[in-house]
Amino acid sequence: MVRFLAAIGAAFLGFLAAAGRLVSFAGLALATAPTPPFYFRTILREMVNIGYFSLPVVGLTAIFTGMVLALQSYTGFSRFSAEGAVATVVVLSVTRELGPVISALMVAGRVGAAMAAEIGTMRVTDQIDALTTLSTDPLRYLVLPRLLAGIITLPMLVVIADIIGVFGGYLVGVYKLGFNPQAYLNGTWQRLETTDVVSGLVKAAVFGFIIALMGCYHGYYSRGGAQGVGQATTYAVVSASILILVVDYLITAAFFGR
Amino acid sequence: MTNIHPAPKIAVRELRKSFGRKRVLNGLDLDCDSGESLVIIGGSGTGKSVLIKCILGLLSPEEGSIRIDGIETVGLRRAARERLLQKFGMLFQGSALFDSLPVWENVAFGLVQGRGMERQTAKEIALAKLAAVGLGPEVGELRPAELSGGMQKRVALARAIAAEPEIIFFDEPTTGLDPIMADVINNLIVKCVREVGTTAVSITHDLVSARKIADRIAMLHQGRIIWHGPTAEIDRSGNPYVDQFINGRAEGPIQMEIRAA
Repeated sequence: MVRFLAAIGAAFLGFLAAAGRLVSFAGLALATAPTPPFYFRTILREMVNIGYFSLPVVGLTAIFTGMVLALQSYTGFSRFSAEGAVATVVVLSVTRELGPVISALMVAGRVGAAMAAEIGTMRVTDQIDALTTLSTDPLRYLVLPRLLAGIITLPMLVVIADIIGVFGGYLVGVYKLGFNPQAYLNGTWQRLETTDVVSGLVKAAVFGFIIALMGCYHGYYSRGGAQGVGQATTYAVVSASILILVVDYLITAAFFGR
Repeated sequence: MTNIHPAPKIAVRELRKSFGRKRVLNGLDLDCDSGESLVIIGGSGTGKSVLIKCILGLLSPEEGSIRIDGIETVGLRRAARERLLQKFGMLFQGSALFDSLPVWENVAFGLVQGRGMERQTAKEIALAKLAAVGLGPEVGELRPAELSGGMQKRVALARAIAAEPEIIFFDEPTTGLDPIMADVINNLIVKCVREVGTTAVSITHDLVSARKIADRIAMLHQGRIIWHGPTAEIDRSGNPYVDQFINGRAEGPIQMEIRAA
């Protein structure tokens, strides 16, 4: 029994230590933001990496999410003769929830893993130590631009995902379910409020930060050669995905909780 | 070790560093004078790289003192550490070139990012340093992955000397190179150190390289310097550990840790 409790205690202490390391890592990286040098070119390059190159995968998932949502809500609501709510359900679900979450999960898989692999390889080949010896702070040069690019780019990506997702719902609603196009668009706009979109964009910014942070953190502390880098990419994707879902609930509760 | 000189360029005292239960540096003392080329020899895993990383501030020792030009550097804050690092150049064992950047940007990196130099000026300096290590300007536009191991080492050497640092560390500069390329690198190190008057600290297993580049050799064993002296005296050190090491004998006081599978 004592051993069992000791094991639980050790696991809990390990969790607290890891959380402390993560917070300290993020704090140290963000603390470099106000003072020069500023690496604007690196931020722009990362924004293109995160945003532009994620457009195909995010666009595809968004359009099918909107289409499935329209189909599912139609078959569900028809049981209560509430088919007219389909457009509203699609737009609210996409802007509040599915746009940000699905985009973030896609970007976590694509970009978070790539960040962890790149920084992890730099760690195990001494490139991060080389940066330090060349009077360049690795947190300022490698981590901060990625964190800022994540925070700035994810909301842009989510705006596009929202539009594509709603368009997917429109396609199914009008061409498969026989809705009047004008009525469907009215149903989309009339119930949509600013908070619905803003909450989604706030989520996107936080998710962007989480994805970049987990990618950089796991890459930065990877060790043990190729195996360590592989492990870092796995941890980056898994931990970012879990954190995205946990934080999604917390932000939803903050915006819409009673 | 007795401190003969009043103000060595690098003075390490009672340095201790452990990883978990394994104590790697165990009260290490070391001096290196200005303009001197010191080579530290010792078996694998004896803490040679750890010592250099402690001096550079890449690792924090648990105890001890590291003075550069008489100024204590253990526990320096980040900004002060960045200023101090401008005195240093480092050639890493695996070259550690940035594979996302072309060769010339690798060489110019410390000048542009570390010292805020204008890119065009830094590029001219980088190409001059590449020429100093025997590489033409066309190499400057290639990526590190397109170079052979020997060429990568030369680029890393050009990067280490680009900002004309006061102290250069060489971590296994000839490991993995054929004997001729190793001698080319040795010659380049001697040329760089002698011409500029830089203080050089090298760590190596390669005795041929050590004899060529060192003014003085120190041997590290079990976390301490167990012998040091002028290069010419290493063959008559009278130290059984040094004798075993330089003659490459399996029998002797140094017992390799070999675990049965």
